[in-house]
Amino acid sequence: MPDTPGLELLAKDLGDAAIETVYFRQRGTISVDPAKIRDVLQTLRGKGYGFLASVHGVDHYPEEPRLGVLYELIDMERVDRLTVKLRVPTEDPKVESVTSDWPTADHQEREVYDMFGVVFEGHPDLRRILMPEDYEGHPQRRDFPVGGEPVIFTRDERKWLEAREAGPGPASQGRPEGGNPGPAGPRE
Amino acid sequence: MEVKRERLEPGAQSRAQRTANGLPALPGQDELKVKELNAHQLLRGDELTGANRPAHLEGEELERYVHERVLLTTLDKTVAWARSNSFFPLGFGLACCAMEQFHAAGPRLDIARFGFEAFRASPRQADLIILAGRVSIKMAPIIRRLYDQMLEPKWAISMGACCSSMGVFNNYALVPADKFMPVDVHVPGCPPRPEALMHGIMKLRKLVQDDPDAGWRERYDAVGTEEHPLNA
Amino acid sequence: MPTVSDYRKREENIDLSSIDSQVERAGGEGEHEELLTLNFGPHHPATHGVLRLMVTLQGEVVRDLKPVIGYVHTGIEKTAEDKAYWKAIPVIERMDYLSYYFNAMAYVGAVEALLEVEVPSRGQYLRVIHLELNRIASHLIWLGTSALDLGAVSIFLYCLRERELILDLFEMSSGARMHTRYFQVGGVIEDIPKGWEAKLREFLKAMPKRADEYGAILNSNEIVLQRLRGTCPLDAKTLLGLGVTGPLLRAAGNPWDLRKAMPYSSYGDFDFKIPVGTVGDNYDRFAVRLAEIYESVKIVEQAIDALPEGPYITTDRKVALPPRHELATSMEALIHHFKLVTEGFRVPPGEYYNAIESPRGELACYVRSDGSSKPARVHMRDPSFVNLQALADMSKGNYIADMIATTAMLDPILGGIDR
Repeated sequence: MPDTPGLELLAKDLGDAAIETVYFRQRGTISVDPAKIRDVLQTLRGKGYGFLASVHGVDHYPEEPRLGVLYELIDMERVDRLTVKLRVPTEDPKVESVTSDWPTADHQEREVYDMFGVVFEGHPDLRRILMPEDYEGHPQRRDFPVGGEPVIFTRDERKWLEAREAGPGPASQGRPEGGNPGPAGPRE
Repeated sequence: MEVKRERLEPGAQSRAQRTANGLPALPGQDELKVKELNAHQLLRGDELTGANRPAHLEGEELERYVHERVLLTTLDKTVAWARSNSFFPLGFGLACCAMEQFHAAGPRLDIARFGFEAFRASPRQADLIILAGRVSIKMAPIIRRLYDQMLEPKWAISMGACCSSMGVFNNYALVPADKFMPVDVHVPGCPPRPEALMHGIMKLRKLVQDDPDAGWRERYDAVGTEEHPLNA
Repeated sequence: MPTVSDYRKREENIDLSSIDSQVERAGGEGEHEELLTLNFGPHHPATHGVLRLMVTLQGEVVRDLKPVIGYVHTGIEKTAEDKAYWKAIPVIERMDYLSYYFNAMAYVGAVEALLEVEVPSRGQYLRVIHLELNRIASHLIWLGTSALDLGAVSIFLYCLRERELILDLFEMSSGARMHTRYFQVGGVIEDIPKGWEAKLREFLKAMPKRADEYGAILNSNEIVLQRLRGTCPLDAKTLLGLGVTGPLLRAAGNPWDLRKAMPYSSYGDFDFKIPVGTVGDNYDRFAVRLAEIYESVKIVEQAIDALPEGPYITTDRKVALPPRHELATSMEALIHHFKLVTEGFRVPPGEYYNAIESPRGELACYVRSDGSSKPARVHMRDPSFVNLQALADMSKGNYIADMIATTAMLDPILGGIDR
């Protein structure tokens, strides 16, 4: 892991694309301008970081810009790790896709799109990968509820349906098999 | 105390034999048969009201009643016994519970002892679906389609906490199995030990043996909930 | 009538002209070969979980392959955000359901890095023992199900026999066979009981002989060799571009293994080799994993021989539960216990990406904390998710039967792919 002076040197080589560098728990992170991510990764590849291990997203709710994408790079020759971060706002979550340079980003960018809504321009096939195709919403965002379903068992199905039709009672609140939250789920 | 015993004469014929030979029933035989039927029905939990109660039937009607029930019950029992000892599970594993399902079929706890080791790949050939693992919303319609393709009589075991009752993950991505298909036995555990799965299968076996009704609709009083009613 | 989704429309308008041009016109007028798109899964007898593959075939040759996943997506990462750091461990363990200790290790390692908590030496060695036992167990299921796919049905039962021994050991040390929540932040939850070491040594004596048996059965079997030798090779450079790590990469010749390259949890103390293949075909992938079983046995032997005395979990009471006997006498212990169980420890804000070598490749856990007692983001970088992208390149141009063997050798675990 490049230490702080090493990180600073790298950031200088990246020019104005690098916004800041962080050295935390012996790992280096460079935050970059989202518009220049492809060039940044190509430059870093030139410096030896030739393996893209992971592309994943994070939601910095409630700080803006909210959606972050992280790229984990490994230099296999010198045994080194580096993280590249970028942040995009929810209103305009567009990032250029790096799939053409790094084929491993294919499924991973689709997952970031699916879970966070970050649109990767230039991706060969950007559609949902984990959720059903027609799902609405981006589940991993912090303001998306955890969800959950009330559980009924086959032998109680009739009773449960009748109880629901009868409307919410004083104590049971229409959930004879209580305990599980409804679809809007508690979000502590 | 003196116990009175009454011995029938040697060569006495049973009620059925007397009927077959055209003889009328002996005075005590009707009442005994009716009492037996009443007791049998009480134990099974059937409730017949009004004119259907065997106490009100006499003579020929009673004959027919007994003929229908006794003979068919024995046949049903035999068929149920055969079915219960020859489940063909569908080879269907979703997640972690599938690993314990493998172990239930493995050498230590061998479901082949009971005859259930023939995991069929095709749902058309299987009659037991063991939902081993968590059911996500993407997978639910597919499982439903598999279940629909299975031929009656069919049973379902929901193995593990996730498909029975959402399990560890009560969130947006999962569906409890009971929501989209009827389940006969729920096996708790996360994952349930292979012994627990065996216990669940044995329970199902007992259920099938004891209840000659093959269809789950009769068992769960759900006649009339078909999507495509037969008499429509 | 349900609305036709965009995906459906796109699927019907897929332009196959570039692939069509590879299709030769079989002689004569009106003779025309077509490409067949076969839907393979998600329910199919090749028991790798609910993986769906859309395979485009020209005859028996695979021209294109698109995996469709998400059928066992459980929202683990979202659920983990809702729970305290300690209570999220059982949830995260259930991700890659064959290598549960590895999931827990990746997560717990990330949290320990954020907290700057030291794991005592005994705890590290116990972790290594359990991790390597889990590696053997995972490879056994891989071997069993792959052999099942190839047709060698009895190997499956042999592997399950060994796995029962390993699960017995897990049950003895932690109480559960799978998903044991044995790893905790700061160490392991309990010390090994009396008799565990003896049982482990018995197993270690038996395992190499059993692995020899499997090797003997499969390596001299003509059908297995024909199906695995020379089928679906892929060179290391393409694999690196696709982000593939683990036995698949090592089979292609690149000896990258995080246990040697970036040692964690005192792996540096042990002497073991990394099996590396040459050609990168299915047989190499098979041989590498089989050889790894022997290496794991060696590591466990060294670890149990050198098991140091001392605490098995960190003594920092703000992170790890105090031992129960202290609760009767010490007020601070009671307060710590209460705080840890109700709210949990707070982790200073930051983020960390902790990578370990799981049986399938680089398994990493990214944890972002915002200072509260619940993680703000937990992401598992699962090796099978990334390795699955290589399946298309491996199978293109090969027979569909070879594709089945390749899927088996890829060792995908859908729990990890879909999380």
